Amino acid sequence: MRIVFKTDYMQDIRPWKDRYQLVLYLLLLTLMLAAPFVIDAFYLGELNNVLIWAIAGMGLMVLTGHTGQASLGHAAFLAMGCYTNIILMEQGLPFMLAFPLAGIITGLVGMVIAIPALRLHGIYLAIATMAMSILVDDIIVLTEPWTGGVGGKYAPSVNVFGIMIDRWGTPREFYYLTLGVVVVVTLGYINILRAPLGRSFIAVRDSEVSAQAIGIDVARTKAISFGISCAITGLGGALMGLFAGAFNNETFSVIISIELLMMIVIGGLGSIHGAFFGAIVIGFLPQFLSLSKEWVGSVFGGSNVAIPGLEFGVFGMILIAFILFEPMGLYGRWLKVRTFFELFPFYRKDMFKRQKSYLKTERLR
Amino acid sequence: MDILQLLISGLANGCVYGLIALGFVLIYKATEAVNFAQGDFMMLGAFFTIGLTNTEYMGLPFWMALPISIGIMAFLGYLLDRFVIRLMFGESQTAVVILTIALGFVIRFVAGLIWGHEPQSLQNPLAGKELHFGGLVLGLEDVAVIIVTILLTWGLYEFFNRTKMGLAMQGASQNQLAAYYMGIPVKRVQGFIWALAGAVACVAGILFAAKGAVDPNTGLMGIKAFAAAVIGGFGSLPGALAGGLIVGIIEPFASRYIAAGYSQIAPYALLLAVLIFRPHGLFSQVRVKKV
Repeated sequence: MRIVFKTDYMQDIRPWKDRYQLVLYLLLLTLMLAAPFVIDAFYLGELNNVLIWAIAGMGLMVLTGHTGQASLGHAAFLAMGCYTNIILMEQGLPFMLAFPLAGIITGLVGMVIAIPALRLHGIYLAIATMAMSILVDDIIVLTEPWTGGVGGKYAPSVNVFGIMIDRWGTPREFYYLTLGVVVVVTLGYINILRAPLGRSFIAVRDSEVSAQAIGIDVARTKAISFGISCAITGLGGALMGLFAGAFNNETFSVIISIELLMMIVIGGLGSIHGAFFGAIVIGFLPQFLSLSKEWVGSVFGGSNVAIPGLEFGVFGMILIAFILFEPMGLYGRWLKVRTFFELFPFYRKDMFKRQKSYLKTERLR
Repeated sequence: MDILQLLISGLANGCVYGLIALGFVLIYKATEAVNFAQGDFMMLGAFFTIGLTNTEYMGLPFWMALPISIGIMAFLGYLLDRFVIRLMFGESQTAVVILTIALGFVIRFVAGLIWGHEPQSLQNPLAGKELHFGGLVLGLEDVAVIIVTILLTWGLYEFFNRTKMGLAMQGASQNQLAAYYMGIPVKRVQGFIWALAGAVACVAGILFAAKGAVDPNTGLMGIKAFAAAVIGGFGSLPGALAGGLIVGIIEPFASRYIAAGYSQIAPYALLLAVLIFRPHGLFSQVRVKKV
């Protein structure tokens, strides 16, 4: 049983709770740094994929997890980041400039889109963003001279401080590039959360009316949240494009939007950890399924028939189970397990009981 | 004549959208939840009917299969509410949305396992028959779709406004706690509405499968029906039908008169425009929210 004894206000504000926690995260970082020397190229690629999804997930987490605005259209911003990055590079900008610019441009566009979207609440916002995601799919086809349309585009190798990085040629360097972006984004995210901005995000999420009452400009907060969210998602999209090597309008379909939202729900809404847990699930699920199919095939002697839609079916079932039984996602489960051990004999079943409320319409007064 | 022909086919399509949208609105009206799996319900209903009537499956007579499959879907809707949605009692709207999206994935997967991924169409007595009005050619299925949809919308509208149960549903959605105090069995009311939505989805599925072919991914059409429901304004039954008709009519006209590539955007562009300028739909019920 561990007790954090607070003696200083800074302890509430600084990113880590105590030394022990800091050491744990540094240890994790060292492990991640050492990973390319331990695992083979295939799994390194998978790990890389997970990290990229985690970036995109963090992008959506800012908006959905911390500001409470559900978006079913973030694939649109993935696409925007990806295409902006590549197009800027084709114009002759170096990667080190094009990549952050892709994030910034996507963020600005997101902010502009947020202004009309701010009038919408809950489910209507989700629908509007979903429509936008569908539209972007078509817009990519229509703006063929820039985007390559259905034929798509190929990602070039990128130059980072004189080192040429390519997904297939130098997977190890590419992994370090992704890891670097992940670390920067995560640190930035943590810092936003402990700044007034992040706290106002959470206030808006928990109650718009009360947030307004304590002097938060709700519309402005939501717009900034949208902007930051889109910027991070754009960075994720840029990396996703580089990682995929080739992409077209279908790469960022509305299904990806839905998948992204489901990913952070499985991981746990409202926590940075959740984005990573969700990315791990979504990254390794196909692998896990094909392995378990082989296993079933070898035990029962069945042939390895491909079952179309299996992945989405299983994904849907996992998601339903989580929403029904663990709405706080994997991270919520982890918190419970950890609390159980930290408070060892004193953990009680109802410690994390959620408050339920009766429904009252928003339609009629 | 050309325009009239387009209009009729648009109307028939729009009616199917309208029927799915009707399912959305029913559930929204009574439980304030949004069922994203409504399109997949429709697909499932269509497949149940196909499984019962088509000669390569069970080969029952069409008119016998109809009530059976509608009954099955209503029962499924009830089961879904009883064992899944009811656990979500008191959770946020968004959670229910995500749950139903996931449910849609599962339904698509299961339907694919059972009936395969080939498009199939329903063998029905109306197939291939045509009505001629002057130069106008009307498929009998199209006429049936339009008539059934109008009757159903009218019936449901009356049901919500006249019957005790309909009023109980409105009450339950407006204020659950107050509804409990008034002696409304809120849970039973919700079970009933999900069953009703299942039945409506099945009717939509039957009409759709009679007009064209269904495959497990047909359920994704629900997104378009969703646009219809939003354009009409959630919570208004005639609005849902109107929204469905608008979407249905826009589609053939857009593909006729607007350059290819731009035409399939039209419904979504309209949806976005409606959301921006009239955020709660054309037939809105929303007033300003107070604390």
